[in-house]
Amino acid sequence: MLALTIARRELRGGLRGFRIFLLCVTLGVGAIAGVGSLSDALVDGLRRDGRLLLGGDVELRLSHQPANQEQLDYLEAAGRLSRIIEMRSMARRLDSRERGLIELKGVDDPYPLYGEMQLEGGGDLADALAVRDGLPGAVAEPVLLRRLKLKAGDRVQVGEATYRIAAAIVREPDRGADSFVLGPRLLVAKASLAATKLVREGSQVKYRYRIALPPGSNVVAWIEGLNARFPDAGWRIRDVRNGAPGLRRFIDRMRLFLTLVGLTALLVGGLGIGNAVRSFLDGKTGTIATLKCLGAPARLIFQIYLLLVLALTAVGIAVGLLVGIGTPMLLSDLLSGLLPFQVQFGFHLAPLLLAAVYGFLTALAFAIWPLARAQGVPAGALFRDLAAPMVQRPPWRYIILAALTFAILAGLAIITVEERRFAIWFVCGAAAAMAAFLGAGLAIVDVARRLPRPRRSVWRLALTNLYRPGAATVPVVRSFGLGLSVLVAVIGVEGNMNLQVTERLPDRAPAFFFIDILPEQAKKFDALAMAVPGVGEVQRVPAMRGRIVKVNGIDVAKIKVAPHATWAVHGDRGLTYADLPPPGARIVAGKWWPADYAGAPLISLDVHIAEGMGIGLGDRLTVNVLGREIEAKIANLRHIDWSTLGINFVIVFAPGALEGAPHTFIATAKADERAELPLQLAVTDAYPNITAIRIREALEAVNQILRSIGIAVRSTATVTLAAGILVLAGAIAASHRRRVYDAVVLKVLGATRGRVLATYFLEYTLLGLITAILAAGVGTAAAHAVVVQIMGMPWYWLPNGVAMTTLICLFVTIGAGMLGTWLALSQKPAPLLRNE
Amino acid sequence: MMIDLSDVHLTLPSEAGPVDILRGVSLSVARGEAVGLVGPSGSGKSTLMAIMAGLERPSRGRVNIGGQGLHDMGEDALARFRRDNVGIVFQSFHLIPTMTALENVAMPLEFAGGSDAFAGAEAALAEVGLEHRLRHYPAQLSGGEQQRVALARAVVGNPSLLLADEPTGNLDGATGAAIIDLMFRLHLAVNSTLILITHDQALAQRCDRIVHMRDGLLDTAEFEAAD
Repeated sequence: MLALTIARRELRGGLRGFRIFLLCVTLGVGAIAGVGSLSDALVDGLRRDGRLLLGGDVELRLSHQPANQEQLDYLEAAGRLSRIIEMRSMARRLDSRERGLIELKGVDDPYPLYGEMQLEGGGDLADALAVRDGLPGAVAEPVLLRRLKLKAGDRVQVGEATYRIAAAIVREPDRGADSFVLGPRLLVAKASLAATKLVREGSQVKYRYRIALPPGSNVVAWIEGLNARFPDAGWRIRDVRNGAPGLRRFIDRMRLFLTLVGLTALLVGGLGIGNAVRSFLDGKTGTIATLKCLGAPARLIFQIYLLLVLALTAVGIAVGLLVGIGTPMLLSDLLSGLLPFQVQFGFHLAPLLLAAVYGFLTALAFAIWPLARAQGVPAGALFRDLAAPMVQRPPWRYIILAALTFAILAGLAIITVEERRFAIWFVCGAAAAMAAFLGAGLAIVDVARRLPRPRRSVWRLALTNLYRPGAATVPVVRSFGLGLSVLVAVIGVEGNMNLQVTERLPDRAPAFFFIDILPEQAKKFDALAMAVPGVGEVQRVPAMRGRIVKVNGIDVAKIKVAPHATWAVHGDRGLTYADLPPPGARIVAGKWWPADYAGAPLISLDVHIAEGMGIGLGDRLTVNVLGREIEAKIANLRHIDWSTLGINFVIVFAPGALEGAPHTFIATAKADERAELPLQLAVTDAYPNITAIRIREALEAVNQILRSIGIAVRSTATVTLAAGILVLAGAIAASHRRRVYDAVVLKVLGATRGRVLATYFLEYTLLGLITAILAAGVGTAAAHAVVVQIMGMPWYWLPNGVAMTTLICLFVTIGAGMLGTWLALSQKPAPLLRNE
Repeated sequence: MMIDLSDVHLTLPSEAGPVDILRGVSLSVARGEAVGLVGPSGSGKSTLMAIMAGLERPSRGRVNIGGQGLHDMGEDALARFRRDNVGIVFQSFHLIPTMTALENVAMPLEFAGGSDAFAGAEAALAEVGLEHRLRHYPAQLSGGEQQRVALARAVVGNPSLLLADEPTGNLDGATGAAIIDLMFRLHLAVNSTLILITHDQALAQRCDRIVHMRDGLLDTAEFEAAD
């Protein structure tokens, strides 16, 4: 094939100017392949270890009350059964006032059904939990031992029982199944829990039943049989297919997000690819004209250079894939300590293939335009000096081809992810941002051209440099602006999340949540808490759990519920009753009931949930509370501000319906930071059964998670910015030859170095400043959309983060530009003039 | 005396060892005089001119232009010196390709801080017959037109020294002759000292005096050009 032969000869000329091209392809493909390989490895690990993570083939979870005997008999007949009780409580040292929140777990003999509990010193779990010297054993996560300064052999009090610390936990096989953990684990024998007196009617206890079905059983069929036999049991059922749904959802989300960030990096890199191809071909004008003089048709020219571009793309993709395979392997050591399951990193074909296709399509999409322009170089160009790049529109068929390639790229981004809606938003957003920056670049050029000529020559030169033929204005604004926007957006989202967790929430949130306050302790609790100096408001409400089973008499499973409201109808929810509206509640429809109401059951419902369920005032909800079904009419709708972290219930009953059901109270207390410890000690000393959850600590746990996510997200976003900087460097390098020449001629004409430097400094400052301001705007808009639309959080503008990012942009732009100029200025004029 | 060179040497390093390009050139040129600098390729003509313009520094010797010693000037001082005193025309024009003809010519005036740089540049371009090509980029001009732009740029600041290095080397005979006519006319109009490097003996004859160079040295015999 002739095109191939000529393309091969063209390669002899070397690949100068293609370094940026290769780096752009490698970076983008590497990021996407890396993210894909990593999440595939994680999902594989989850699937392989699903049974371990779940701790059985099937798990049933009940809140508040255990399964009844009939249900237990059924479960025991099905296979091996393990019964577990979980609750939050306090652990305290006997000899000091140190105490801490724990996730208490009582296990029976068969536990764990799958996998192995690893203890420090390698002991056996049953042995560790056994009663010795009259004290039952307990094993704890090392963090609890550190916090309470305990070691093996020490004693610890939980509720009214004393335990002997037998060992530290090295690995708890089913730990990953918990989605929201506030404290470290303390694991004891289930039989020993009675002595704690923590498990009472109405206290916040979870009962888990895990079943190991006989080998070869059909899990799905067994669950169907179970549901048919106990349709109203109200348990949440999970099976091996989805051992850790929270973790799986998290990985899927991160994968989606990071892939899109990687795709942005590739798009930004695409601009670099386009620039590289364009400047390479601009240098080939003579060759192309000569080929045409010798009889080469335009189509052949297109083919020759397309082949070159594709060959280089293949090299870039290959290196990118190696990076993609290698990165997760490098991370494996780091991750295996953090994850509750084994991760084996290996070769995952699907994500690599996808990354390669993305890379190929991106390179093609961005290269078609300059390739099509080059094939239009007239043979007569040989006889003219073509220092100024030609401006011409490629033939329509190539424009359509480029558009088609972009469309396939966008389609691929949409169909390969599960959350299509999000991907469509991303594609539209990316297209809009690219168009916006292209438009902005062209507008800058146009405005600079129309502006009146400044009197001072430095200003005039800087301004005219922005719109000269071949000026880097448009490429710099597009590539760097896009990369910077992504960073501004990511920093904005992250900053808002951090602000919520570290500043806004603690400011408005109470200092403590107290749970499991028994009815007989309620009044005394209030008095005790209020007596501690520095304690402000104490709010206490009854709490029990129940689930919505019917809406207007129709089974809730048959009702179409919007995604944002499904959590409220999915399993148990907290319930309360009240004679007065909760403090700060805003009634948006209907009226609150009279304080002395004593009629048919009424409820007050959260307005968003009501909207999601398509119901309103006067509709009826049936709620199952501890096995009793209560039908109540919706009397009013409330707007709840969840971000106060106060006590909020989706459903509040009017007096009369729930008082008879066994329940406990929960309370919040606002307190000065100095009053927090005395308050905790006073309450938990007086009532060992009450658990105090310190909001600062809980938020710290959330904050830790956010920090880890932040690192992953920022690293990926940095890849995008790196691509942007690469493209910027490419654009400046492409104009470097011109700058050297300009600088020399200007010096010959009498310009001092200072003047030349000042001119370029002004030019880059103008360019950097305009790009930074635009990127700050676009990035902030994107962050706002994510925070408000997707996360449903209030938006805070964080000017510091934006200012920092834009300043960095400014420094990079000016720095890169000035470096090039400095090199240009250090050229001696005579040799250059002589060689010309 | 406009130009006063005394025992100027220039030695440049090369891979094959140091190369002596100028080996002791002494030359004096009076104000307003036109001197043709002729000699074979590689004899050091262009380098000598670069030294007169302050684009190259001699390894040894004294360079005095218009009463100013260039040897102790810094790079920026040399730039200012060129701005105020020197106009140069190159064989390959050396226009800035991304600037229009008007912008190219206005450059020296702008560097000098003139408030009417563009008016001056426009007049200079009209002087060389290019008033209809003000907004054209170099690539859109013919070779002769480009050299006329370069000539306009060289004389726009009324320099006391006009240096021309093979100004017609890239032009055909007729165009070249027109450029030379123009150059001599401008030289007389601004009463500048002209140093013209050329291979063309006939062209050199139009100067007041011809100086021959060979192997980095001036031939001691100088020729009065025939009027």
